[in-house]
Amino acid sequence: MRKTTFIQAINEALREEMQRDERVFLIGEDIGHYGGLFRVTRNLLDEFGERRVIDTPISEQGFMGMAVGAAMAGLRPIVELMYMDFYLVCADQIFNQAAKMHYMTGGLLNVPMVIRGQQGGGKGYGSQHSSSVESTFAQFPGIKVVAPSTPYDAKGLLVSAIRDENPVLFLEHKMLYFTRGELPDAEVDYTVPIGKSEVKRAGKDLTLATFGYTLLQALEAAEELQAEQGIDLEIVDLRSITPLDMEGVLTSVARTGRLLAVHESQSNAGIGAEIVARTYEEAPYLLKAPARRLGMAPASLPVSKPLEEELLPWKRNIKAAVLEMMK
Amino acid sequence: MAEPSLKASVPSAKAAVAEATAVLATEQLLSMYRKMVLIRRVEESLLDLAGSGKIGGAMHTAIGHEGAAVGMAAALRPQDYLTCTYRGHHHSLARGMDPRRAICEVLGKAPGFAKGKGGSMHFLDPSLGLMGANGIVGAQVPHAAGMALAAKIRGDDRVAITFFGEGALYQGLMHETFNMAQKWKLPVIFYCENNRYSEMTPISRTSSVAEIHLFARAYGMESVQIDGNNVEVVYETVARAAARARAGEGPTFIEGVTYRLAGHMANDLETYRSAEEIDMQRSYEPLTQLQQTLLGRGVAADLLAQLRAEVEQEVQSAVEFALEAPWPDVAEAYTDVYKV
Ligand SMILES: Cc1ncc(C[n+]2csc(CCOP(=O)(O)OP(=O)(O)O)c2C)c(N)n1
Repeated sequence: MRKTTFIQAINEALREEMQRDERVFLIGEDIGHYGGLFRVTRNLLDEFGERRVIDTPISEQGFMGMAVGAAMAGLRPIVELMYMDFYLVCADQIFNQAAKMHYMTGGLLNVPMVIRGQQGGGKGYGSQHSSSVESTFAQFPGIKVVAPSTPYDAKGLLVSAIRDENPVLFLEHKMLYFTRGELPDAEVDYTVPIGKSEVKRAGKDLTLATFGYTLLQALEAAEELQAEQGIDLEIVDLRSITPLDMEGVLTSVARTGRLLAVHESQSNAGIGAEIVARTYEEAPYLLKAPARRLGMAPASLPVSKPLEEELLPWKRNIKAAVLEMMK
Repeated sequence: MAEPSLKASVPSAKAAVAEATAVLATEQLLSMYRKMVLIRRVEESLLDLAGSGKIGGAMHTAIGHEGAAVGMAAALRPQDYLTCTYRGHHHSLARGMDPRRAICEVLGKAPGFAKGKGGSMHFLDPSLGLMGANGIVGAQVPHAAGMALAAKIRGDDRVAITFFGEGALYQGLMHETFNMAQKWKLPVIFYCENNRYSEMTPISRTSSVAEIHLFARAYGMESVQIDGNNVEVVYETVARAAARARAGEGPTFIEGVTYRLAGHMANDLETYRSAEEIDMQRSYEPLTQLQQTLLGRGVAADLLAQLRAEVEQEVQSAVEFALEAPWPDVAEAYTDVYKV
């Protein structure tokens, strides 16, 4: 074991899978010569050359569509979207093409590709560069969605995503990039399965289900709530949004009797609403108090710092929601 | 990775603008000079503020691009529509945006024109015809064509101009827009500020066509490549394009060759180009060019120094104003989602 950054973990997963599988290639803006705007693909051009690390013009619709085509032809493209918000300029290729291909061809074709990149708020990038997209993607069957919160999970989930036979969206929160964590030595081949949650903090009073950067915020909130109020949170890291590990969530709720689902995408019709609804459908008898979700208020993230802080479902808002539920 | 010098790739101003319109009066050139210095100093101050951690997010300056903005502002009417990219401080200031409110917006302060919600990438002031800078590459271009369509439907004589980088030409929606704008003879000017890099990528690495204004020719559109750092040439070219547009002759595509002297955005490490390359461009940059023109016309160097000192004071007081300005009330986080 050693400590690495989140960025390094992703970079290693890309490199090792490219070494292992000739079919894997990278495509995106400024990923080769520059090494990625956030340096995630650093040094990969040197190692694998322009045949497998492809710098594109700013043509998301075109290169996303070409990745779909290359995947249909048997390769394993990994597409970087510089900001996840830009999925909207190539949405047809993702949702109408990649996600539906296997189904509408009666299983004759499949699209084994990964779309990865950073998302989320916290750095004042404003309305068009701060969205969190997991809830929208969850509306489309045929594409899987994962969002790790630690370097270990990032590497393990990315390897799983690359080896998956389906399109997988791999979400990296921009606030996670320089966080550090334990990683097995480079030669250890491990994966984290898609669709499996993990308890990141055991507790007895309330289950907080989340993923990605809000998980770190939730862990901090949990320590403060423990110290200040004696409230003991159990924190379930969903890790995958599609498929959703409801079994993991309900197993935890069986211990605590309370559920709060937290995410940075919209609260309204978001993945938290889905988790709450499924809890009521599948095991309402586990709940001692009404289950809740906490997401983004109906607005896009503004540049102005106090306004952005007001809206993000981070520590302050998480603590307030928990306190209300524990009243 | 270094590109050939800017001058080498730009045809002379004479070749670009076949029939030169009236020569600008020295008075007018002086006011353009003042504006250019103002833009430069506002942006340099913003870079300082970003360096001291006062600005979050992504801030893109147009240092070196001022010729396009100031030439355009002199050539168009105040009510003409304008859209542009995240690199849009210069267009807005050239059209008369108050520098104090501009800096407030970048800092996310309440007196910003968008209450600090939009920030550096979303400059606008509809009262000045500034209909919005955009964070999505290419997105503002059909908007301008739509404003031109609106003018045509209403039957008024407003024109629309849109600014974009050469990198935007590889977005499909650009080409859809060019075709319709030309087919419908819309009063729109497509102004490409070709600074030869899209983010960290030199254009030679991504474009199938070396002279990018030729893309427009595929749609039968009038197109021209000019020295975008020469404010007189920009003025003349935009004025001619606007006259064509108002006369119902349709769109013009202008490729104004320029060079971005600062990073793609604040805190850009600029590993993709050399210091020599940047230095080489300094003698062609718009402020240097205009200063030489003015001195050549016999304007006293002292007068220019005095203008610069005036601007300096204005910019310093704008920065102070913005630093002391209040933050927006947190209740603003929830407003403006729908118009009520
Ligand atoms: C659709 C989309 N893709 C990618 C980006 C990220 N991005 C912002 S600026 C930029 C480069 C644009 O280059 P160019 O059009 O030449 O304009 P310049 O920045 O040089 O003024 C890129 C890739 C974006 N904002 N929108």
